[in-house]
Amino acid sequence: MLKRLDAWFNKKGWRDSIIALPYSWLILFFLLPFIIVIVMSVAHRANASPPIGFKDAWPFIYLDNYIRLGSDWIYVRAYAISLINAGIATFLCLVLGYPMALGMTRVSKERQRMLLMLVILPFWTSFLLRVYAWIGLMGTNSWFNRLLTSIYNTLTPAGFNVDSIPMMNTNFAVILVLVYSYLPFMVLPLYANLEKLDFTLNEAAMDLGSRPSSVFRDITLPLSIPGIIAGGLLVFIPASGELIIPSLVGSASDPMIGRVISDEFASVRDWPMASAVAVALLLLLVGPTIAYNYFEAKAQGGKSPT
Amino acid sequence: MSAQERDKPLIRIENVTKTFNDFIAVNDVSLDIMEGEMFALLGGSGCGKTTLLRMLAGFETPTAGRITIGGQDMAGVPPYQRPVNMMFQSYALFPHMTVEKNVGYGLKHENLTDKQRKDRVKEMLDLVQLTQFAARKPHQHSGGQRQRVALARALAKQPKLLLLDEPLGALDKKLREHTQFEIANIQYKTGITFIVVTHDQEEAMTLANRIAVMDRGVIKQVGSPTDIYEFPRSKFVADFIGSVNLFPARVEKVGGNEIICDVPQLGQRITAAAPASGIPNKADISVAFRPEKVVISRQKPKGGGNVLSGVVQDLGYFGKDSLYRIRLDSGTVISVNSVNARRAAESDRVAQWEDRVWLSVEPGSVLVLED
Repeated sequence: MLKRLDAWFNKKGWRDSIIALPYSWLILFFLLPFIIVIVMSVAHRANASPPIGFKDAWPFIYLDNYIRLGSDWIYVRAYAISLINAGIATFLCLVLGYPMALGMTRVSKERQRMLLMLVILPFWTSFLLRVYAWIGLMGTNSWFNRLLTSIYNTLTPAGFNVDSIPMMNTNFAVILVLVYSYLPFMVLPLYANLEKLDFTLNEAAMDLGSRPSSVFRDITLPLSIPGIIAGGLLVFIPASGELIIPSLVGSASDPMIGRVISDEFASVRDWPMASAVAVALLLLLVGPTIAYNYFEAKAQGGKSPT
Repeated sequence: MSAQERDKPLIRIENVTKTFNDFIAVNDVSLDIMEGEMFALLGGSGCGKTTLLRMLAGFETPTAGRITIGGQDMAGVPPYQRPVNMMFQSYALFPHMTVEKNVGYGLKHENLTDKQRKDRVKEMLDLVQLTQFAARKPHQHSGGQRQRVALARALAKQPKLLLLDEPLGALDKKLREHTQFEIANIQYKTGITFIVVTHDQEEAMTLANRIAVMDRGVIKQVGSPTDIYEFPRSKFVADFIGSVNLFPARVEKVGGNEIICDVPQLGQRITAAAPASGIPNKADISVAFRPEKVVISRQKPKGGGNVLSGVVQDLGYFGKDSLYRIRLDSGTVISVNSVNARRAAESDRVAQWEDRVWLSVEPGSVLVLED
């Protein structure tokens, strides 16, 4: 009965159509727009609608935008700031998230469900609202700022005391809010990875003479590298292109690349330049990811999933 | 050299109890295990055998009682400081390490030179015949090979005591038989004390020289495979090891070497060898006999012994032997196992369906169980 149903399903081409659905989605809403962006990035700014124009003669493309990317200090600096901020935020998310994820795997199943809920709870409040809440917290007269100030003052000699720590519109604020916002994206893949690990392996290592600290170093840590990479990419990639956080709490003189794209697009109305910046950012992020996947596949040597 | 000759308990388990919340997993167990013994803890699932093993390894702490290994009290000694290694049921091989690294893992913490370490790993791989696979990862191996890697890894540190949790559980039948002898052979070569946990009586009987049968957290009987099989001291042990025909009975007459019991289910009296401990008249007991201790024939046997009569209700032919289910005149059905010693065609068998047959059981083969 089931077999016949299956045969009917295949003959009518249903299977193909169902497989085609996600592909068409990706082509329509990811690949096509991306091709448009690439095409736009080799155009010139023009007084038209849309405000772009192509070269009249073969090969019909301008590479000026990309040349400007490499030579104009503003762009290089913005890329550097983006990657550094995203890198620091990713590292801090890992340092905070790993013990959280590991701890979650060591409690009862019911507790795990509750803690998992708590991790995703912030998503139920608007992201924008949470960033605004941080603006309030970082203000000069907020309890948070006063708390940090008093801690700072007790730790430093009298001559260095300050009335309040200037936090708003600094890179510190950007990283702080990045870490806060993206921490769940680190914890969730790490938890999923660590939760699958067989605890018997830890017992075996302990049985063979390893203290708990060595067991972590020899067993848990190496086996959780896929989770670390997944969480790292999930934090690093969106954090590098982040627009809202640097716009709301960051400093205007140290812009991240997202803000540069937005400004080029909306204020300067240089769509081709904005596209070139976006394409370069994508290449910058995709390159290492592909390289990692390639080497990972090679190192695993066709290993079956465990 | 047998365990009795050495006569030196390596492991002393004294009145050990382990409870999980309200559940008593191990209940006041005392056990001495000698140096160089191949000991089996045998029982069904949930009988406490694995909990006892995990307490020896240090993964569980006894709620009460004391465990000493080599004279040293193990209370408060963490797993990584015990002279004990374990072979896990799932093998627990480290998937990110080669076979060589797996086997050598436990040696990292020992004071050895690089060369000594390498030699030891090689020696262990030779022992389990896996030398040519040293550079492979565990997932590239079959179940039997992984089992040997696990064994080599557990032996590499030359522990005083090796714990094996269902060592053959994940292997198919042919491989099991082969591996049983391999493990026994390795135990003999190394002289290390082995404790095997198993639910499989055959595995326990072929591997171990002493077996403890466990039920609901309690040790029911400890003894050699022969003791356990031929001289079980309780209904549980008689029934758990092998198959048995078991009936309630009452002692009618105690005299000399024999007792006579009335067995209502058989509708007749049964003569049995008197237990050495003696038994009071009129006591309520059980009598039991194993299917292979019954002799089946088509003619009424002459001479003494217990003779029963019935018709063949069911017959199973297994080649080397046959299993009969005989319905007695009293209505009770008993199992008889008979070796097919003579080559015979189907029509020429000892008995066919619905044939009337006579069964005889020697008094010495009847078990008298008091509990």
